[in-house]
Amino acid sequence: MKVEQISIFIENKFGRLAEVTRVLGESGVNIRALSLADTSDFGILRLIVNKTDQAKAVLKAKGFTVNKTDVVAVEVPDRPMGLYGILEILDQGKVNVEYMYAFVERCGENAVIIFRFDNTEEAILVLTRGGVNVLEGERVYNM
Amino acid sequence: MIWNDEFETLPREVIESLQVKRLQQTLQRVYATVPFYREQLKKAGMTPDKVKSLDDLQRLPFTLKQDMRDNYPYGLFTVPLEQIVRIHASSGTTGKPTVVGYTRRDIDTWAELMARSFVAAGAHKGDVIHNAYGYGLFTGGLGAHYGAEKLGASVIPMSGGNTKKQLMIMQDFGSTVLTCTPSYSLYLAEVAAEEGIDFKSLKLKVGIFGAEPWSEEIRNEIEEKLNLKAIDIYGLSEILGPGVGIECIEAQKGLHIWEDHFIPEIINPETGEVLPHGEQGELVITTITKEGIPMIRYRTRDITRIIPEPCICGRTHVRLERMSGRTDDMLIIRGVNVFPSQIESVLINIEGVEPHYQLIVDREENLDTLEVQVEVNEKTFSDEIKVMQGLSSRIQKEIKEMLGVTCKVRLVEPKTIARSEGKAKRVIDNRKEQ
Repeated sequence: MKVEQISIFIENKFGRLAEVTRVLGESGVNIRALSLADTSDFGILRLIVNKTDQAKAVLKAKGFTVNKTDVVAVEVPDRPMGLYGILEILDQGKVNVEYMYAFVERCGENAVIIFRFDNTEEAILVLTRGGVNVLEGERVYNM
Repeated sequence: MIWNDEFETLPREVIESLQVKRLQQTLQRVYATVPFYREQLKKAGMTPDKVKSLDDLQRLPFTLKQDMRDNYPYGLFTVPLEQIVRIHASSGTTGKPTVVGYTRRDIDTWAELMARSFVAAGAHKGDVIHNAYGYGLFTGGLGAHYGAEKLGASVIPMSGGNTKKQLMIMQDFGSTVLTCTPSYSLYLAEVAAEEGIDFKSLKLKVGIFGAEPWSEEIRNEIEEKLNLKAIDIYGLSEILGPGVGIECIEAQKGLHIWEDHFIPEIINPETGEVLPHGEQGELVITTITKEGIPMIRYRTRDITRIIPEPCICGRTHVRLERMSGRTDDMLIIRGVNVFPSQIESVLINIEGVEPHYQLIVDREENLDTLEVQVEVNEKTFSDEIKVMQGLSSRIQKEIKEMLGVTCKVRLVEPKTIARSEGKAKRVIDNRKEQ
């Protein structure tokens, strides 16, 4: 039920973000979803890609610092209050969200949101018990 | 093990009387042959025959690096060029280099002192000495080379650079002793890790590291990563080159300075006053056997103290504490004295942080600023901003606690701080250009 995400340390310097996307693109890796968190000095780029291990390897070979973390992809009804319903379930389950970002593609009628929790296992349990559809990794990489 | 049992274990009183005799001979020679020294002594109201004991040494004027530059290139040589068989020069990052010349006997003395140093570090005949100090004008390469040959070891004249090849040679030739700068040894470890080479599979047992100041923490890191005993060696071209002093492997605490060839003093760098044994200050060295270019009370700008207590290894020559920095490496930031080695100690004690760092000093609106750049690696990197900011603020807080200076910490991408194959460049001081 978990999805693998890679995160990349990027200095706030001209051309670094472009370099990441060039390296990935040249090795045939397709980006499925992304989020960039930034401070004045550096940023952390988080990506869901179609080939996680390959993406990590090519970036490392180019000297980037890359980590792999588990995140959760959740189907969210694409209507007002859709996201609220899910956050409420998490809230009641006392699950803490570290960060989240939206997926570009839709899954049928629903939107997809990526969540990073401090306790991934617990979060998945709370979500599934609450009747929320959590997507499998394989499905997400190939959406 | 001791290379020269007779001279390395001389009783103190014999060392001191030998020093007086050799000092007098040196003074006679420089007074007779070098106009600069004659002038200097005259100005101080001194002549060589007024020096009767070691206490008289402090009545003599200092010699500075600038004096060598002013007498560039051969002005301080005591012998005609026909008797000089080797010329070396300092890196001379600012202005003209400082030039030193060696007679044949100087080369022999140097080889003898380097052989003593190798043995003190635990090397012996039969060792394969992998010499990665640069060969050339820099004294490191050839100095270690001649000592290794004198010892009867097999020396591989690698010189610096070409790191992958160095690792291949270490593996294939069975190197047992490594000589290079401490920062280069860590670079070797980094490249070895990338190449999948485990130092545990190599035969290296001792590394002899010098030519730049390094900390006890770096020693631990080198010993762990390279799986060897790391020994600190001291030298400077103005005095001889490598082999002026070295730690013994028995104690690994303080560097024995060869007192039958050098007289060390510790002075207050501001006033020039000689400090008692045990106090920290600037090291001043007088050479007492050198022929080509003797140095009278040369100010090394290295900060240390003399450890007068006897050493467990049996050598009677005093020890110098590990150099804690150089007076000219010292940064004054908003009135606080800061040595790069202090910041290094802070960084290396933080879990996961590698000793790849650079200090950028600048001035903004008449206020000094210090930026500490630290490379992020897989151990310190997290996908969460708060974890990364936690790392920055921890480094900042620990530097503040240790040094009393507030700095800005900038996390940078790995391998963006230049690796050095010789001496590491740790500080960029932009204030000098203003």
